[in-house]
Amino acid sequence: MSFWNDPLKVAADWLLGVFTGWGMPELAANILIGFLGILILISLLMVLDIGLVWVERKVVARFQDRIGPNRLGPFGLIQPFADIIKLMIKEDITPAGADKVIYNIAPMLSMMSVLILWAVVPLAPAILGVDLNIGVLYIIAAGSIGTLSIIMAGWASNNKFALIGAFRQVAVMISFEVPMLATMLIPTILAGSMGTAAIVEKQDIWYVLLAPLGALIFLIAAIAELGRAPFDLAEGESELVSGYNIEYSGMKFGMFYAGELLHAFTFGGFWAILFFGGYRFFGLEKVSPFLAIAVILFKAFIGYWLIMWVRYTLLRIRIDHMLAFNWKFLTPLAFTLIMVTALMNALLAGAPAWLYIAGMFLSNIVVAWGALEIARFYSRRERERIEGKQVVAAGH
Amino acid sequence: MVPLSWYLVFAAALFSIGMFGVLSRRNAVAILLGIELMLNAVNINLAAFWRYGDVRLMTGQVFAIIVFAVAAAEVAVGLALVISVYRNRHTVVADEIDMLKW
Amino acid sequence: MTGEQIVFLVVAFFTLAAGFMVVTTRNLVHAALWLVAALFGVAVTYVTLHANFLAVVQVVVYIGAIAILFIFAVMLTRRDMRDQGPQMNKNWWLGALLAVLTFGGLYFLLQGWEGMTKTATSYPVSFDAISELGSALVSPVGYVLPFEVASVLLVAALVGAVYVAFNPRNGDTRK
Repeated sequence: MSFWNDPLKVAADWLLGVFTGWGMPELAANILIGFLGILILISLLMVLDIGLVWVERKVVARFQDRIGPNRLGPFGLIQPFADIIKLMIKEDITPAGADKVIYNIAPMLSMMSVLILWAVVPLAPAILGVDLNIGVLYIIAAGSIGTLSIIMAGWASNNKFALIGAFRQVAVMISFEVPMLATMLIPTILAGSMGTAAIVEKQDIWYVLLAPLGALIFLIAAIAELGRAPFDLAEGESELVSGYNIEYSGMKFGMFYAGELLHAFTFGGFWAILFFGGYRFFGLEKVSPFLAIAVILFKAFIGYWLIMWVRYTLLRIRIDHMLAFNWKFLTPLAFTLIMVTALMNALLAGAPAWLYIAGMFLSNIVVAWGALEIARFYSRRERERIEGKQVVAAGH
Repeated sequence: MVPLSWYLVFAAALFSIGMFGVLSRRNAVAILLGIELMLNAVNINLAAFWRYGDVRLMTGQVFAIIVFAVAAAEVAVGLALVISVYRNRHTVVADEIDMLKW
Repeated sequence: MTGEQIVFLVVAFFTLAAGFMVVTTRNLVHAALWLVAALFGVAVTYVTLHANFLAVVQVVVYIGAIAILFIFAVMLTRRDMRDQGPQMNKNWWLGALLAVLTFGGLYFLLQGWEGMTKTATSYPVSFDAISELGSALVSPVGYVLPFEVASVLLVAALVGAVYVAFNPRNGDTRK
C-alpha cells in the first residue's frame, strides 16, 4: 500500500509511528492525529474559500457582462487577499446595546455550521471525516445550527433591520428544510442507507436519472436554505439594507460572507454526492484517490456554478409568495415523490436495469407533469376570478 | 466504562433542575423551558436503559423518539396558547392569568 | 478514571450548569440559548451511549425547531419581557425545596437498587442500530401502533397550534 493509493491511512500510520516514537501513549497520539486531520481539512477549506471569493466575483461579472477583478495579479487572482486584508484592518465595531457575547458567538457558529458539514463529505473511496450511518440527517442538523446562528446575530445586533432579516431567513430555512429532507430521503431509499459514503458507493446509475424531480427540488430547497437569490429575503438590500448581518463589520462580517460562499459550494457538493455519483466518474475514482478528489471538486463546482447562475439571473420574490410556494407546492410534491419513488422502487425491484431506470424516470416525469397541471388549474382559476372582477369594474 | 448510576444521577439532577424551573418561574415561556429540561432528563434515562440492557431490544430508543414527538407537539401547542393568551390578556406571567378565579 | 468517564463528567457538568442557567437567567432569550446549550449537552450524552440517531434527531428537533420556536415566542410576547420585576414567583423557595427533595428521593431510591452499578456490555461491532430501530418502528410485532399514534398526535398538535395562534383580526395584534 503506497501513499498514492491510500494517502490518509499511510499518513496517519506514519504520524502514529513518529508520535509513539516520542514516547506518547497511543490513545493520545490518535487523538492528536484526529485533531491534525481536522486542522488540515479546515485549512484547505479556508484556502478554497478564498478561491471561491475570486470565482464568485469573476462569474457574476461574466453574467452581468463585465470583466470583474483584473488589476491585482494575473486575472485579478490576488484580489481576494486584498479583500481579506481590508476586512482584517477594518475597525471592529460592537454596536451599543448589542448583546456582546451572543453578538460575537454568532459569526463563529455560522462558520462552524458550514465547516462541520465537511465531516461527512466523501472525498474519495476511503477519504472522509467520519462514515456516519446517519449522514443525511447530520446535514440537516448542521443546517439547524446555521439557523440558530442567524437568529442569534439578528437578535443580538439590537437593530430592527437585522431582526426582521433574521426572522425572514429563519422562517425560510425552517420551512424549506421540510422538502429538502424529503428529497434527501429519495437517495436514501434508492441506496438503502443514510450514510453519504454508502450512497456514493451504491450509485452505479446516477440518481439524477432515477429521480430527476428529486434533484430539482433539492436544488431549489438548497438555494432557499442558503438564502441566495431568488430567495435572498434575509439580505434584501433594497428593503433591509443587509439583513441579519447589517451591524457586523470587519472580519466578523467576513465570517458570515465566507461561510455563505462555502455553504453554497458545499451544497453544490452534496447535490453531486446525492444525485450525480459523488467522486465516481466512469471508474476514474479507482485509478487514484487524488483523481477522485478532483472529480468531486469539479462536480461541486458545477453545482456551485448553477447556484450562481440562478442567483444572478432571477429576481427576488416576496416572502409570502415564497412560503406559499414551499408549503402549498414544493412540500406536497416532495412527499408525493417520496411515496412514488418508494412504491416504484419496490415494484421494480426484480426488473432488468433498463426497465428500472425507465420506470423511475417516467414516474418522476408523470409526478412533475401532474403537479404542474394542478398548479396551472388553480392559478388559472385565480386569474379568472381576478380578471372577472376587473371586467365588472370596467363596466361601471 | 461509565456505570449506569452516573447516567441516572445525571438525569435525576437535570429533572430536578427542570422541575425547579417549572415551579418557580413566573413567565409561561420559562415554565415551558423547564418542561423541556424534564423531558430531556427522561430521554437520557431511556437511552441509558437501552444501552445498558439488551442492545437488540429497541424499546428504549423507540420510547425516546415518541418523547421527541410529544415534546414537539407540546411546545407547538403550549407556545400557541401562550401567544394567544398574550394577545388577549397582554401578559404571559402565569400568576396574572387568573380569569377562572374570582 | 478512563477517557469515557472524563468525557461524561465534563458533558454532564456542562449540561447541568446550562440547565441551571436556563431556570435562573433573567433574560428569557438568554434562557432559551442556555437551553440550546443544555440540549446540545444531552445530544453529546446520547453519543456517549452509542445512540447516534437520537443525538442527531435531538439536534434537528430541539435545536433546529423547538429552541427557535422558543426564541420566536419570547420575542412575540416581548412587552412583558423587560428585565424588570421578579422572574421567580414568591414561592420559589418551595419549588427549590421540592426540587432538592425530588433529587434526594430519586438518589435514595436508586441507592437501594442492585442494577445501579451495572456497566454496559461492549457494543456489538456489526450491529446496525438504525436499521433495527427503523424496522422496530414499522413492524407489526414492533411499535407500529405507538408510532402511528405519535404521528396522529403531531398532526393534531399542528392543527391545534395553528387554530389557537391564528388571529382572526387579520394579523393586527394591537388594540
